[in-house]
Amino acid sequence: MNAPATGLTGPAEPAAGPRDVVLRARDIRVEYDGERPTRAVRGVSFELRRGEVLGIAGESGCGKSTLAYALTRMLKAPARMTGGSLTFRTREGEELDLLSLDDEELRTFRWTRLSMVFQSAMNALNPVTTIGRQFGDIFRAHRPDMGKDERLSRTRALLEMVGIDAGRTSSYPHELSGGMRQRVVIAMALALEPEVVIMDEPTTALDVVVQREILDEVERLREELGFSVIFITHDLGLLLEISDRLAVMYAGEIIEYAPAEELATRAAHPYTQGLLRSFPDLTGVRRELRGIPGSPPDLRAEPPGCAFADRCEHAFDPCRSSAPRLLDLGRPGGPWTAACHLNDPGHRSAAGAPTTEGRQS
Amino acid sequence: MRYILRKLGFYLVAAWIAVTLNFALPRLIPGDPVQLIMTRQSQLGPVPPGEEEVLRRMLGLGHGNILGQYWDYLVSIVQLKFGLSVTYFPTPVTTILRSSVLWTLVLVGMATLISVLIGISLGTLAGWKRGTWLDSLVPSTTFLAAVPYFWVALLLIYLFTQVWTVFPDQFSYDPGLTIGWSGEFVSSAVRHAVLPAITIVVSSVGGWMLGMRNMMVSTLSEDYVSAAEAKGLRSRTVMLGYAARNAVLPSVAGFAISLGFVISGSLVMEMVFSYQGIGFQLLQAVSNNDYPLMQAIFLVITFAVLSANFLVDVLYGFVDPRTRLAR
Repeated sequence: MNAPATGLTGPAEPAAGPRDVVLRARDIRVEYDGERPTRAVRGVSFELRRGEVLGIAGESGCGKSTLAYALTRMLKAPARMTGGSLTFRTREGEELDLLSLDDEELRTFRWTRLSMVFQSAMNALNPVTTIGRQFGDIFRAHRPDMGKDERLSRTRALLEMVGIDAGRTSSYPHELSGGMRQRVVIAMALALEPEVVIMDEPTTALDVVVQREILDEVERLREELGFSVIFITHDLGLLLEISDRLAVMYAGEIIEYAPAEELATRAAHPYTQGLLRSFPDLTGVRRELRGIPGSPPDLRAEPPGCAFADRCEHAFDPCRSSAPRLLDLGRPGGPWTAACHLNDPGHRSAAGAPTTEGRQS
Repeated sequence: MRYILRKLGFYLVAAWIAVTLNFALPRLIPGDPVQLIMTRQSQLGPVPPGEEEVLRRMLGLGHGNILGQYWDYLVSIVQLKFGLSVTYFPTPVTTILRSSVLWTLVLVGMATLISVLIGISLGTLAGWKRGTWLDSLVPSTTFLAAVPYFWVALLLIYLFTQVWTVFPDQFSYDPGLTIGWSGEFVSSAVRHAVLPAITIVVSSVGGWMLGMRNMMVSTLSEDYVSAAEAKGLRSRTVMLGYAARNAVLPSVAGFAISLGFVISGSLVMEMVFSYQGIGFQLLQAVSNNDYPLMQAIFLVITFAVLSANFLVDVLYGFVDPRTRLAR
């Protein structure tokens, strides 16, 4: 590799220009208060383009869900955002600073612009009221001028859109199967035609057949309605398939940010390589499955070096003394950044370590 | 509808079992209870003819075999023929019941309802605004609940009838007045009811509040509440329609139990305030070996508990659709 590292600390501006970006997160930091605060999200930056699927992958406890809650300003004590900025660019071209919205502005912003499918969508429906009523609540809160009949017909249309019988408006959540509930929750997320939908492990509780159906549904709806998706899951295989771009998180930081298509073969960070090795490739050649030894670090600690160093087979001197920054690898196909000293020309020559590229065959 | 009918059937069976148990009770009394009662009654005054027959039927000790007795017993219950009271000889038991049930039902029923409503509303707010001044009020209300009831009652009587004579200290209305819908009588009855009602509310509201507050706090961490908030619903909708609506379910069940005890559970209150409700009459009946009155009060309490439970079962079907298995 002879591409120069540009030294950018975040993903580079997309080639298509800033107009294209719908959500820009800069240096998001979240802490859980405590005797020793848990720094769950440590300076995450990314840009979500209009209409794209951004995948966020990582092990349990790496800060994925906390990040999702931060993006929607849903953090509750003891969690609190200690830094960063969130800018939302609406369809109409208006720039919204999400962190400065007051309560009422935030309330109207939610669901009209940005909606969310929760981690356990099975429990995201109010058990004591009907599906129709819960759709009605959304319309009453955001479209007060809608009449009763209009609300109902819109609800029926939304249910049909996700493949559920329109007569189900009068059903209660416990009368639906898990997959149906999931579809209802997705239909709810799309009720106001938002620009961004955050999906936090939306299919984790479902079996693979239903999971596949739901994902196809989401894909179809996205093409139809043109919303952007932030898809959060630990299932890297799934993400490689559905995302346009992928951010891999480890210990509260994004450690690699790359076009999804090429990540599978050219992952630059040893952690991403480890994740890729830990699930089988159904279509490719047979290979040995290996997990990543060890477990994620204590997020209360403040290690001087790379958070992954203890589990990394390529760790060398600078890994334990200085924290790697996200560096643009200068690869073709859009911004591709990774936070690893192995990709830093300065360290690489010093350590004489080989580049990691193409090592995971 | 099927749900309600099924519940109704269940409660009818329960009522029948209770009535049948009541039939067996007098047989456990040593000696002949009818003779016992007759003797006591004749000491008090002339016993009307036919009283012995009524007593026998009512106690299920009539003529013929046990089935015949059982039939006579059921008929006398349906006809509300409980005989004459020993304590208030020669007043019929039904007259005593009629004049005492309503007092208890209205006073204790209203006080319980008020207590539940206040407790649940405050509990909802305390849970919603967790950690604020309202929430820190909760432990002090449980302190009130921990103080013995009669002590609170005596304290209030001392303060409001002796120190400041704001309220009358005993009985359910001014005995100088005739019972009726006159403004004078109603205001007298209300004035007499205020102190007992306050003591009931004060001593029970803390429990309701604490229970609701805790359920509220655990419901607030449910996903559907976070989801409702993420949907940008108004916070009133989230608090009432999503959080409180689910958090109130255990309180509804608790309400069923306490409603059942409205009739019988006010014994101490009625004693302290000499309020001539049903608890007071039960006490009189027990201390005077007044079997006809006791028998009748037991039945009234049984039916009160059953019908309160039925009412709440129906209510529960409305607030929690998951209990409506067959629709």
